[in-house]
Amino acid sequence: MSWLVASGANGEPWWISLIEAVIVINLVLFGFAYLTLIERKVMGRMQLRYGPNRAGPYGLLQPIADLVKLIRKESFFPAEAVDVLYIFSPFLAAFTALTTFSVIPWGPGWVIAGYQVNGYVADVPIALLLVFALGSLGIYGFIVGGWASDSKYSLLGSMRTCAQLVSYEVALALSVLGVVLMAGSLSLVDVVAAQNAEVWYVIPQFVGFVVFLLAGTAETSRAPFDLPEAEQELVAGYHTEYGGMRFGLYSMSEYINLITLSGLAVTLFLGGWHGPWLPGPVWFLLKLAVLLFLFIWMRTTLPRLRYDQLMRFGWKVLLPVATLNAVVTAFLVVAL
Amino acid sequence: MQPFGTLKGFGVTFKHIFKQPITQQYPEFKRPVYPRFRGRHRLHRHANGLEKCVGCSLCAAACPADCIRVVADENTAEHRVSAGERYARIYEINLSRCIFCGYCELACPFDAITLGNEFELSEYSRDDLIYTKDMLLAEPIKRVPVQDPDLYDTPIPAYKSSS
Repeated sequence: MSWLVASGANGEPWWISLIEAVIVINLVLFGFAYLTLIERKVMGRMQLRYGPNRAGPYGLLQPIADLVKLIRKESFFPAEAVDVLYIFSPFLAAFTALTTFSVIPWGPGWVIAGYQVNGYVADVPIALLLVFALGSLGIYGFIVGGWASDSKYSLLGSMRTCAQLVSYEVALALSVLGVVLMAGSLSLVDVVAAQNAEVWYVIPQFVGFVVFLLAGTAETSRAPFDLPEAEQELVAGYHTEYGGMRFGLYSMSEYINLITLSGLAVTLFLGGWHGPWLPGPVWFLLKLAVLLFLFIWMRTTLPRLRYDQLMRFGWKVLLPVATLNAVVTAFLVVAL
Repeated sequence: MQPFGTLKGFGVTFKHIFKQPITQQYPEFKRPVYPRFRGRHRLHRHANGLEKCVGCSLCAAACPADCIRVVADENTAEHRVSAGERYARIYEINLSRCIFCGYCELACPFDAITLGNEFELSEYSRDDLIYTKDMLLAEPIKRVPVQDPDLYDTPIPAYKSSS
């Protein structure tokens, strides 16, 4: 029976990690499904509409209806598309989006029936690098998918995605540098522990937090930075030629990227799962919900930027601010 | 100041969450149509029960979409349908072609055909959209909402009551 208790990270048996992974993936997928509903509802209320309210009470079955519709749709295929890449790209995008969530801690860890259960799926020493690496890998899904479908709109959309994501990734990575310097670790579990010991990093790293949120909005290509899929100009951007569940996978990866990004912001700046009275996962979900609401709120409020404004904002505002923040933090960390 | 203007926008959108939506929830709440609204056609009768239509086909001639088909026949003493010499033995309107322009109404010398108020004309088959004389003469079918009207009704839009 030694294989049952054979321990991986922090004395957690490997099969518990597996169960945790399945649960977390399903929770994230569930969260994605209902995030679409909540987004449509909240946007509706902000625009004096009701949002979906027909499928089930208060429209609660709308995500399921959408899913059934997407799955039942014909998987059409542009005649000139590059088959393998066209089919493979949505999977790549969805896979990387789902994987990223595994390193985000959501609880303190418990001992249940003598077994150690960690509050995260994986504690990688370079978790933050892993997140950015997987995010960059996921961009290939968008770029290759848009190119492989052989449509001008798709190609333009994927080129915009490419340019925008590459530009803003620099600012995004630099904005978290301050947190890494203060915590002295790239592991997200350590970052959360360090915040519990000192103070939530949103206070000393407020500039970093703001830059992270803005660059993150651009990274997930949401309004006001939704140029890669600007409907008025590009039909739908890189997924113009996708339909059915393949489109569903792209949509899923975008929303899950948003959830992951919010989770990352919670972990890095808002103290992770720490909070008084309530158990860890509840606090994590609460903070996550607040951030997701902020993103939806931003989407309803702000109009889309022009492309040159986007580039200027990324390179001339966010990047210098993030760099300055990192440099000043480095000096202060060394001095104090 | 530009950044403060942006923040003000956030305030506006947040405030609107708590307002009553102005959506009129259609199948339950049907907005009354205007008096001159041009909906589905109706054929009319005289007070004594005879049809007003005399089968002159002027409506079919006026129709730009060519969706009206009239086949006239002679009235006889034992089979009198309309007030005139002839009557429409067949009167069909293909509503999948009709553009609701109302020219048939204008062309009719006896006011036998008018455009009514019915606009809920969906059918599962195109054949069902060819309205025959009996259907055009009959009272229109009342369409009822499929769900509880109390759940979805919005009689007075909030924008009219608040500002």
